[in-house]
Amino acid sequence: MSTAEATAIPPAGGARPADQLARTPGAVPAWLRLLRSELRLVFRRLRNLALLAALAALPVLLGIALRLAAPRGGGGGDAGSSFISQLAGNGVFLAFIAITLMIALVLPLAVAVVSGDSMAGEAGLGTLRYLLTVPAGRARLLAAKYVAIVVFGLSACCVVTAASLATGAALFPIGPVTLLSGNTVPLGQGLLRVLFVTLYVAAAMAALGAIGLAVSTFTEHPIGAIATVLVLAVVSEITDNIPQFAVVHPYLPSHWWLFFDSLLRTPIATSDLLHGLLSFGIYAVIFCSIAWARFTSTDVTA
Amino acid sequence: MSTAGTGTDAGTGAAAGAPEAGPGTVPEAGPGAGPSGPPGPPAGLAITTSGLAKRFRGGQLAVDDLSLAVPRGAIYGFLGPNGSGKTTTIRMLLGLVYPTRGSVSLLGEPVPGAAARVLPRVGSLVEGPAFYPYLSGRANLARMDAADRTADPRTAAARIDAALDRVGLLSAAKKRYRAYSLGMKQRLAIATGLLRPRELIILDEPTNGLDPQGTREVRGLIREIATGGVTVLVSSHLLAEVEQICTHVGVMRTGRLVFQGTLDELRGQGSRRVVIRTAQHTEAVATLTALGLADIQSADGEVSAQLADQSPERICRELVLAGVGVAGLATPRPNLEDLFVGLTGEGFDVDG
Repeated sequence: MSTAEATAIPPAGGARPADQLARTPGAVPAWLRLLRSELRLVFRRLRNLALLAALAALPVLLGIALRLAAPRGGGGGDAGSSFISQLAGNGVFLAFIAITLMIALVLPLAVAVVSGDSMAGEAGLGTLRYLLTVPAGRARLLAAKYVAIVVFGLSACCVVTAASLATGAALFPIGPVTLLSGNTVPLGQGLLRVLFVTLYVAAAMAALGAIGLAVSTFTEHPIGAIATVLVLAVVSEITDNIPQFAVVHPYLPSHWWLFFDSLLRTPIATSDLLHGLLSFGIYAVIFCSIAWARFTSTDVTA
Repeated sequence: MSTAGTGTDAGTGAAAGAPEAGPGTVPEAGPGAGPSGPPGPPAGLAITTSGLAKRFRGGQLAVDDLSLAVPRGAIYGFLGPNGSGKTTTIRMLLGLVYPTRGSVSLLGEPVPGAAARVLPRVGSLVEGPAFYPYLSGRANLARMDAADRTADPRTAAARIDAALDRVGLLSAAKKRYRAYSLGMKQRLAIATGLLRPRELIILDEPTNGLDPQGTREVRGLIREIATGGVTVLVSSHLLAEVEQICTHVGVMRTGRLVFQGTLDELRGQGSRRVVIRTAQHTEAVATLTALGLADIQSADGEVSAQLADQSPERICRELVLAGVGVAGLATPRPNLEDLFVGLTGEGFDVDG
């Protein structure tokens, strides 16, 4: 204990700042350490793990339901979604179906929970004031929070994809993938397209996460922030489906979410994808800036 | 405007820490601010604020024209009733709340300007403990340490355990914060301030809500921290608490500083009384009246009066010469509680 104390108790002469400077880690490793702590906080939180578990369970349920509904032996593509008819022939398609269904509400919900909670949760607990007096640095903390949100969003998408592929492989035949445009690609390329779809959706969720981060800096009530983000997402999706508002559609945060189906056609409509990615990028930049402007100028009284 | 402080040496970060003496309000170097103080001139100031003011959005003026001067090595009791602006001041000291006017200098560096550089040298407890309830005490400290860009990750585990040990929580390190008692929570908050060597510790109401046992523990901890020459600023609305450990006091009232100085100076503020034990009330009162003493009171076996500038020796002699049998004569120290209430309470004649 005596050696331990020597590190914690300053000698009679007080702390020697020069010694501390010598041991001070670089800015990047120090930030990575904060990020790691942030990720640990997000991924060890029971609530977030439950969310990921739910995200994994839904594709399984979906797969079972479709397996029970689908006529055995393939074919039968007369009616219904073209996705679902494809599924009967290939389990890989379960990933596309699951993402299509879950991007409407479940994935945004998961991202809203983590992003809305990010700053507001710390403020609500009061840990924010302690982090800032450490000092974590306001911009530095915000950056770590945002990266953690993006990583969580990516993880959520990967969980959905992985659970879908596993379920699809278990319940349906797996082989060369017939695309929505009618041509067939080998399984490897099909899986590559699944990966790109997952990354595209993760980018969409990263943009939503930026909105959540910004909302989160305005309140110390995480539930309020989470609800706000979710309402914003749903309002955007509803507006996107009202033809009279067609003028604003391309500017809505959710408008480009479903354009990942370009990846399921040949040739791939890259301009749609790039438009989508541009939209996500702009949303991320704008809302991260709002979060930064708000958080670095506000009094922390929580 | 924000760096208009006193002798702010914004240049070389950690090597600074030798602020010029603040204008006007330099208290005498207290017992703790002597040669054993940290690097820098003995009479240096750990905290200075000048003309500090905070008006919140609602228009409420929480702090007004505050000029603190906390000498290095002092245990500075920051007193005032609830709502007098202590916590807002502490939040401004730590860069959590931005001042509307005025400037703050901690260890010679401007805050919030140089907060990133100076705050690692400052430990703090602000408005009660706050941690992640679902993490253990140790994990909570690890989280705080990870946020410190200047902390060495290789020594983190040892430093965390040492801090837990110092506050007596090592045996409860694995317990979730949720399950901690209030006293343990408070001690964990103090432990965050001990994760690394500090030159200044700022504690906002560290004994709030604690039972007498817990209060004693925290008081002992503060004394122990201060023995290393670390400057401690401890806020409280309880005078008795401050009286036992502090060398200096600042008294706040409705956002303004109404007194600042050593504890002895505070005691000197009140008018002393002379108390005479005697059986001869009438004669004693007559003598004291002849001496021109004010506010003479007599009650069973005792006659007392305001001492003002008379010497007790002279009063005693006059009494004896007048034939009063003096069984005892005392000039008790004024009751600090009364002084404190006089400074902060309803009396509006504080300035006069």
